[in-house]
Amino acid sequence: MSLQIKDLHATLEDGTEILKGVTLEIPKGEVHAIMGPNGSGKSTLSKVISGHEGYVVTSGSVTMDGENLLEMEVDERSRAGIFLAFQYPSEVPGVSNANFIRAALQARLPKGEEIDAVAYYKHLYSKMDLLEMDRKFTARAVNEGFSGGEKKRNEILQMIMLEPKYALLDETDSGLDIDALKIVAKGVNSMRSEDRGFLLITHYQRLLDYIKPDHVHVMSAGRIVRSGGPELALELEETGYDFLKELAPA
Amino acid sequence: MSAVIEPTPDLSATFPAWFNERQKAARELYESTPTPKRGDEEWRFANIKQLDFSAYAPSGFDGDATDMIARSVGVEAPLAKLVFINDTLVLSESNVPTGLICLPLAEALVSHSELVEKHFMQQETRLGSAKFSALHAASVINGLFVFVPDKLEVEGTIEVHHWISGENTLVFPHTLIVTGRHSKVRVVDMFRSANDSDSGLAIAFNDLSAGPGSKLDYVAIQALNEKSRMVQINETSADRDASTTGFILNTGSTWARNESLTRLEGPGSRSDMLSVSIPYQDQEYDQRTFQHHVSEGAYSDLLYKNSLYDESKTVFSGLIFVDEGAHHTDAYQTCRNLLMSDTCEANSMPGLEINADQVKCSHGSTSSQISDEEIFYLRARGIDPVRARQLIARGFSVEVVERLNDEAVESLVLQFIDEKFAKIATGGA
Repeated sequence: MSLQIKDLHATLEDGTEILKGVTLEIPKGEVHAIMGPNGSGKSTLSKVISGHEGYVVTSGSVTMDGENLLEMEVDERSRAGIFLAFQYPSEVPGVSNANFIRAALQARLPKGEEIDAVAYYKHLYSKMDLLEMDRKFTARAVNEGFSGGEKKRNEILQMIMLEPKYALLDETDSGLDIDALKIVAKGVNSMRSEDRGFLLITHYQRLLDYIKPDHVHVMSAGRIVRSGGPELALELEETGYDFLKELAPA
Repeated sequence: MSAVIEPTPDLSATFPAWFNERQKAARELYESTPTPKRGDEEWRFANIKQLDFSAYAPSGFDGDATDMIARSVGVEAPLAKLVFINDTLVLSESNVPTGLICLPLAEALVSHSELVEKHFMQQETRLGSAKFSALHAASVINGLFVFVPDKLEVEGTIEVHHWISGENTLVFPHTLIVTGRHSKVRVVDMFRSANDSDSGLAIAFNDLSAGPGSKLDYVAIQALNEKSRMVQINETSADRDASTTGFILNTGSTWARNESLTRLEGPGSRSDMLSVSIPYQDQEYDQRTFQHHVSEGAYSDLLYKNSLYDESKTVFSGLIFVDEGAHHTDAYQTCRNLLMSDTCEANSMPGLEINADQVKCSHGSTSSQISDEEIFYLRARGIDPVRARQLIARGFSVEVVERLNDEAVESLVLQFIDEKFAKIATGGA
């Protein structure tokens, strides 16, 4: 059981190739981190896995526990168990957080079945407590007027509520101060289990002090150029990405 | 609450002389006033063809009202509830506090003649519909009259249900609300059709006069059937430190014209002019507004939002007018259009005329579509694209509704909004 990406090539709509053959397997129960400089294709990888329509997959495959993800629509992938925590979450004016998350949960139920409101709020509040979020948050419009930290916390709350099989966290650490980072990490760690895989996309090693990865990959120019254990992140912290210059693409 | 089903006496024979004279004069004014025509500034972008009202005539009502009374559901536990079918009063329930005058207009004309005379249609209609305003004055036979004495703060909502029944029926709903010093009241008008097939026309007028330091909230819900048309003229005046809110929801009718004028007559007065319109198919809503700052130190804030589907069309024309000497005015005007199709048409003409100093004014209008990124965000949470677009469009409207600051009325308005979105989702079936 894994999220399996094989020789994935993807371009922008104008034909510019961003992913140039990515191969990666994230078995359930593991946390993988992808690091790399800006523009290496890390965020694109997470968007392509989620089904963003701004990219065209030209070859390769993405399967989730054997199911072909590339044949599914964005919302189908989410319902099937993929979760993307956005680097820049959208604002949705006039839609309260409580109603938004409820609509997402409702979308997972068979037609005609309704969410039990009392149980829903109880569950929501307990997860908000875990992330140290104020109760007023439920009535606020999704991400509107949120600070960077609040937005990221909101992404993690949604992840916890939707209980995905595989979670992709796109630069969830950016824009967070150290306190907010610890809270977000606590939320993510609470979700680690044998039934769930994680892909953390990050520019810095800092996040990995709080969410310990099983594997670390380095991405550059649309490919994974190095893979290793947690020690690779520490090495990168010391040496930076300069070594990539020596790894001229074939 | 005591329910009194009234036999609807014809009170017109007992109307006071001043009213009969006003009606006669209004009839003459109606006949001498030209019908708006293409090229009139107040009717720019308007569909003049919609103004042929010749097929319509008042009809009265003497049928069985049971069904429409049963359908006249508004807020939970209204303070007073009036139901009119074709301007004929069929139900009047009231549980209002002592001192509050809340009566059918026909009755108030007899019992509180002087009070009604002092406030009845005192302002000149200047946003284009002078002719229809005159027709209304000449033809009105009933409606709601509310007078709130000084210092009486009325909690709860007075609601009026206006039904149009029968083919080519013309109605003249009227709402006159007067608030005394430091008083408070809230009124909701709902305009609906007895069935989906008969074409009706409503030429409605609401007159809101807010006394010093008072708070007057008015909500109009237009949910007529899609064969019907509506002209609604709103005149509001706000005295010193008074606060008024006027809200219009358009979900029904094939064509509706709203003209809303607020006069800020005293320092510290405040007016919130709000509207939500959700046209689809070939519906057209045409809205004209005027924020008239007569006094210095007053505040007005207008927010109109349209979500346009299919081939629908909206027109918004608004003017902030600051009189000479109306210094320290704060006036804002925003019209936002959410374009839900490639074939809808939103016309906006915001305007500003300032003749005073130290004034803070802004006006603006935007038209946009839901962005792909926004849709992607909702879809990435498992929400299907149709529902995602609906959630976003609903949220767009909710931002205005929330400014009503009353849970019961907000949920009533949202109920009408949700009914419309459900209709849009099923293609109008």
